[in-house]
Amino acid sequence: MAAPKTPITLPDYQQERIGSQIAEGEKIKSARPHALTDAIFNYCPGCTHGIVNRLVAECIDELGIEGKTVGIAPVGCSVMCYDFFNCDMIEAAHGRAPAVATGVKRVHPDNVVFAYQGDGDLASIGTAETVHAATRGEKITVIFINNAIYGMTGGQMAPTSLPNQVTQTSPYGRDVSKVGYPVRIAELLSTLDGVAYVERVTCDSRAHILQAKKAIKKAFQNQIDGVGYSLVEVVATCPTNWGMTPQDAFQWLRDNMLPYYPLGVYKDVTADGFANAAEAALERAKDCPIAQQGRGE
Amino acid sequence: MAENARVLMKGNEVLAEAAMRAGCRFFFGYPITPQTELAAYMAKKLPLIGGTFLQAESEIAAINMVYGAAAAGARVMTSSSSPGVSLKGEGVSYMAGADVPGVIVNVERGGPGLGGIQPSQSDYFQATRALGHGDFYMPVLAPSTVQEMADLIYLAFDLADQYRTPAMILADGMIGQMMEPVELPPERDASALPEKPWATTGTKMQREHNVVNSLYLSPEKLEDTNRERFARYAEIRETQQRQELMMCDDAEIVVVAFGAASRIARTAVRDARAKGIKAGLLRPITLWPYPTKAIDQVIENGAKQFLSVELNMGQMVEDVRLAANGRADVSFYGRTGGVLPTPEEVLEQIEKLAAGEAPNASARATVMGSVLPQPIDRKSSYERGE
Repeated sequence: MAAPKTPITLPDYQQERIGSQIAEGEKIKSARPHALTDAIFNYCPGCTHGIVNRLVAECIDELGIEGKTVGIAPVGCSVMCYDFFNCDMIEAAHGRAPAVATGVKRVHPDNVVFAYQGDGDLASIGTAETVHAATRGEKITVIFINNAIYGMTGGQMAPTSLPNQVTQTSPYGRDVSKVGYPVRIAELLSTLDGVAYVERVTCDSRAHILQAKKAIKKAFQNQIDGVGYSLVEVVATCPTNWGMTPQDAFQWLRDNMLPYYPLGVYKDVTADGFANAAEAALERAKDCPIAQQGRGE
Repeated sequence: MAENARVLMKGNEVLAEAAMRAGCRFFFGYPITPQTELAAYMAKKLPLIGGTFLQAESEIAAINMVYGAAAAGARVMTSSSSPGVSLKGEGVSYMAGADVPGVIVNVERGGPGLGGIQPSQSDYFQATRALGHGDFYMPVLAPSTVQEMADLIYLAFDLADQYRTPAMILADGMIGQMMEPVELPPERDASALPEKPWATTGTKMQREHNVVNSLYLSPEKLEDTNRERFARYAEIRETQQRQELMMCDDAEIVVVAFGAASRIARTAVRDARAKGIKAGLLRPITLWPYPTKAIDQVIENGAKQFLSVELNMGQMVEDVRLAANGRADVSFYGRTGGVLPTPEEVLEQIEKLAAGEAPNASARATVMGSVLPQPIDRKSSYERGE
């Protein structure tokens, strides 16, 4: 592996932490991202939160934005992520991260603001906040972990639990005739004019992890460039509450989750040739006179 | 507009104008009667001075935007009316738990449920006791004039920042909708606002990361944060009690009333004096902290009886009773649902008290620990053969 392109320079309070671990003449080949603290993750073995936390931190490092990034932690298994990220962090109430992110971003438009949320948080109790932050086109980045279950509370049915999936609160399997169908967030949000970019990724293989990182980085880059609201949905595992080994969980994800939640880009205004979400929205409403007022001025 | 000129303005608009002069540049809210003019004024004026007005998708989102903006160090507010304030309870609890300052305005209307849209004071308990879950208080200021709308919201921002707490203006539809002359406070120098080194503004790679948080999984740590917060509350109780006393130097019957009710009570007390009754008015301006020292003082001055007059079925009367602590009789008179008592109605109650009669029967029956409690049947319904 090639040496890092740029020498790693650490602020004083970090020197001691990493510096002490490097012997004379030793080269850093792979270091804990600077945007992660020393805190040890509290995630279960085989859970994809740890991978995604790290990917987010690597993207923050590579974009050089740690000093101006503010993260919003959710309620759920990643509730403690305010201890894991080295940037400023706010702990939100269950589902309210997009509203809290809106408040921060409106006060400091030059900050990079991201919300990190699970499926119960983002797609159930916080659906209104999610949909409206997206449709307002808030220039924020949302990382959405979809593992089809409530992890922290012990495995209840989530808005994204699959049909017939057995959970603590669907012990006979999710009966869609009684409790309805899973929410496909990437598809849902891709219909909204305020959204610039939505991609669904997963972390079950090296290739998929690299793709996930690429998507997360783009979602941050979009915010830096003022392109608009960006969300990356990560189809994730929960071996503990699915009642599987990590290996079986990844296989179950491939067998059942990915057919229901297909990977791919659901909206990308820059790929469609627009500078930002606003331009794409104007074009979509080209036959609506009032929506065109002020266009081209 | 010259800064010290008196202008004729509507109460709700004065709240908005004075908030901006206090340095508030961010407003997040959701439409509801009877606070509408406040949001409309903000929508019109804030963008002109570099501020942000944002109509949120819900009251819940609005208060969480306030939480985010406040965590980012801004002077920020939201406003609503009773049913909407209920929805904000979650966010206010988080703000209290994370020690984040912000101002919440409640221009009260009648309840419970959808209630009505006429003035009320039926959210006293909610404001002073239980706006959200958990152990917390916040300063609650109750304006009784349009001038006080200006003065108290100005103060609310300062108290919120000083003590790192949410603060509430508890107004009502009457003060919100009425017009009176007002002298607006001066524009606050933005550079002189308190620094907020705890705010999440980005580390700029120059400090440890700031975390705004109310979660403490260690019971001892959580207890520590609560004790630290209650030490601040003790200081607020000690230093921030505010009230107006009228004719209380020798008063034997002290009417206690705040906000719109105090305007009616004031007339009734004057009329009682004209009839030779030694009546006085104690008008709490801070509902939390409750002006207990003033209650002590009027008792020392010789008050024998308190009459709490409220636009509800009897809420503040409990604080009067707690503060009097058995040293004086406490009774209550109230109207509700948007019905305002007349000064004559209140005067009648004062006259009854002066004559040694029991106060209004309907009022007596509504208040727990009433002057003449009903005998309690200790038999179970089974024993009574029901």
